[in-house]
Amino acid sequence: MDKPKIIKLVHGQKGNIIKITSLNLDGVMRRRLLDLGFVSGAMVEVVRKSPLGDPIAFRVSQTTIALRKEESSRIEGELVSNEE
Amino acid sequence: MRNEYRIALAGNPNTGKSTLFNALTGLRQHTGNWAGKTVSLAQGSVSFKDKTFQLIDLPGTYSLFSNSTDEEVARNYIVFEKPDVTVVVLDATSLERNLNLALQVLEMTTNVLICINLIDVAEQQGIAINERLLTNRLGVPVIKISARNKKGFPMLLDTIDRIVSGAIECHPAQMTYPDEIEAQLKKIEPKVSEFVGNHLSSRWVALRLLDGDEALLNEINKRLVPEGG
Ligand SMILES: Nc1nc2c(ncn2[C@@H]2O[C@H](COP(=O)(O)OP(=O)(O)O)[C@@H](O)[C@H]2O)c(=O)[nH]1
Ligand SMILES: [Mg+2]
Repeated sequence: MDKPKIIKLVHGQKGNIIKITSLNLDGVMRRRLLDLGFVSGAMVEVVRKSPLGDPIAFRVSQTTIALRKEESSRIEGELVSNEE
Repeated sequence: MRNEYRIALAGNPNTGKSTLFNALTGLRQHTGNWAGKTVSLAQGSVSFKDKTFQLIDLPGTYSLFSNSTDEEVARNYIVFEKPDVTVVVLDATSLERNLNLALQVLEMTTNVLICINLIDVAEQQGIAINERLLTNRLGVPVIKISARNKKGFPMLLDTIDRIVSGAIECHPAQMTYPDEIEAQLKKIEPKVSEFVGNHLSSRWVALRLLDGDEALLNEINKRLVPEGG
C-alpha cells in the first residue's frame, strides 16, 4: 500500500476527505479551531471552494464551517479518499 | 424557604434553546441587562409545583473560552452570576460536537443538567441514546426531550426541581489532563482556592490560568477583589 499522502486543508479539492493530523497554530486561533471540531483524528470533507480559493467550506462533525486561508493552510491531514 | 430559582440555558447554536425557552415560558418573558453588559438576555418564568423557575436564554456558542462577546457573556453568567442550575441543551444528532461545550460547563459549575433535544430527529435517523449510561459517565442528570413537540418537559422540570431542592446531587465528571498539567494544577490550585474561596471552582480557575486567560483574571479582579483591596 502507498504511504498516506499528507496535505494541507487549503490544498484539498472538492469531495476530498482528509483525516486531520496536526494544527500548526497557537493561542486563540488554535483554541477556536479545536472548538469548531478541527481536532487531530477528525474526518473533514471539502464541501466547497470559492473561485479564488478563499474561504473554503468544510464539513466537520456534522456541521459546515468556512475557514480562511490563514487557517486552512495551517491544518494538515491524511488524504483518505478522493471522490470523483 | 425561597421558591424562586434561576435556571440558565446554555448550548451550541441551533440546538433548540430558544424553542425550549419559548415553549416553557410562553408570554412570561422579557429581556434584561445585567452587570452593565450591553448584551441583553431573554428571561422568562415557568411555574412548577410550589416553585418558580426564572429561565435565562444564554447566547449559543461552541465553546466558553471567551474568544467572543457571546462566549464571554455566557461564561461570565455561569461562573459569576451563579444560576441555581445550568441546563446544557445538546443536539441529539450531533452529540460528539455538542459534548465539547457540555464538558466545559461540567468543569465550571456543579449544578448541571444535560438536556438532549431534537430526540425526534435522532429517532428518525436511527440514533439511539442511552441516557442512563451518559448520566453515569457525566455525573449529572441527562434528560431527552423534543422541544418542538413539547415532549419530555415534565421530566425536565421535575429533575430541575429535584436538583434545586437537593434531592439530586450533581457530581460533574472532571477531565483528567496529561501528567505535566495535573502536576502544575496541584501546585497552583491551593493558592487559587485561598483566593477564590467557594465563589468559583479552583480547579477550573487554575486551568484557565495555565491557559494564560487574562480576560478571566481581569474579571475576577473586578468582581471578587474588594474595592481598594
Ligand atoms: N424537529 C425538531 N426541531 C426542533 C426541535 N427543537 C428545535 N427545533 C428546530 O431547530 C431550529 C433551531 O431552534 P432554535 O430554538 O432557534 O435554536 P437555538 O439557536 O438553540 O435557540 C428551529 O428551526 C426549531 O424549530 C425539536 O425538538 N425537534
Ligand atoms: Mg436562540
